[in-house]
Amino acid sequence: MNATASLVDDLLAGKHRALARTITKIENRSPGYRELISQLHAHTGDAEVIGITGSPGAGKSTLVDQMAKVYREQGHTVGVIAVDPSSPYTGGSVLGDRIRMASTVGDMDVFFRSMSARGSLGGLSTATADAVKALDAFGKDKIIIETVGAGQNEIDIVRTADTVAVLVPPASGDDIQMLKAGILEIGDVFVVNKADLDGADRTVQELKEMIHMRDSDDEWEPLVVETVAKTGAGIEEFLSVLEDHYEHLETSGLLDEKARTRYAEEIRALLRADMGTLIAKEIDEQGGIDSLVDEVVAREADPYTIADRIMEPLEDCTGRRQS
Amino acid sequence: MSTEQSQRPIRCLVAKVGLDGHDRGAHVIARAFRDAGFEVIYSGLHKAPEEVVQATVQEDVDVLGISILSGAHNTLVPKIIAGLKEYDAFDDTLILVGGIIPDKDKKELKEAGVDAVFGPGAAMEETITFVRDNVPARD
Repeated sequence: MNATASLVDDLLAGKHRALARTITKIENRSPGYRELISQLHAHTGDAEVIGITGSPGAGKSTLVDQMAKVYREQGHTVGVIAVDPSSPYTGGSVLGDRIRMASTVGDMDVFFRSMSARGSLGGLSTATADAVKALDAFGKDKIIIETVGAGQNEIDIVRTADTVAVLVPPASGDDIQMLKAGILEIGDVFVVNKADLDGADRTVQELKEMIHMRDSDDEWEPLVVETVAKTGAGIEEFLSVLEDHYEHLETSGLLDEKARTRYAEEIRALLRADMGTLIAKEIDEQGGIDSLVDEVVAREADPYTIADRIMEPLEDCTGRRQS
Repeated sequence: MSTEQSQRPIRCLVAKVGLDGHDRGAHVIARAFRDAGFEVIYSGLHKAPEEVVQATVQEDVDVLGISILSGAHNTLVPKIIAGLKEYDAFDDTLILVGGIIPDKDKKELKEAGVDAVFGPGAAMEETITFVRDNVPARD
């Protein structure tokens, strides 16, 4: 039996170390990781995936901790993937969300894994989606993806979730902030956490107005819930809203539709990556990028001509197959 | 056909175990590791040995750095090592202990499975170099 097969067997048998190692291989793009995910795929599709995003300090980790606690009380098993940024200079990172996972300490049925952004745009969402598959195949009922919402990268990540909750701290800006494009558009549920602070009521009101004014043919109208993650207040209500949303997805057929969209995106992302590798090889074949740049600098060729030249053999191959 | 280029920073867990409430040193080392390009997971204060084991196993770290100032290393560290063995995580984890460790205890800790002990005077560069040179090879 090869190493991949035995790792898959161990993971399916419920060994935590195998799950941890599988996620590492996925993160690192280690040799064999593709085969690993291929083998896991057949065992996925049962978990409910929830994305949690919001600005730094909104209380995401504390909320996730409380969610995990209540899910465990309800008899579910939980997987958490927490994504933190990495340094653009050294690639290093401090992943600190684990500190706040205090309610489920010592409970191995909560599998918490920190992931660093590793400076990769696009690649991270693929790695996160694959890590979700590993947790799903392992048998986790609820999988929570936690990421700081600051840009496109995070939005890609939460797209891998069935339900997206956006945390909005009280008094987090005037109403123009609510009109800005970005994370406010992706929420299925909005959570005003730290609802015991001044300004919470106003934030709730502003969110409700924003939701009301949005132009959408979606049958699901995003809800606004209030929580105080530190004390656990409002958590159960929040979870029941998540449940309602999931039910809505199931009954409306949106769940299947979302899954199809995700798989389509995944196939395209993989192909783009593979295509990139093929093109890199072809560039080497044709003398390397520096010599191509030399031609452009010397005005012997332009970037478009070079691109055409690199693509030509690839186009020939696919053309030949079609004819 | 693949894009399988392995890209892998060194992953470390910096853990505070037991009752001592000072984590300035742990913060300093976490920052130095981060600046060295490592991925650092910080456990937070007052962790029980089983919590440290849980984090080490789940995060699949290459290096576990335990910071102890309270003098309880002789009881806490072996408990962590036993836990790691239980989850098959001992062999491929580099285990470092930092803090106030009397010389006579260092030998005992190493016999228990600790790879290196760094006292208060240890230069950060020395610790980082030790990690780079000794991090267990993984496939």
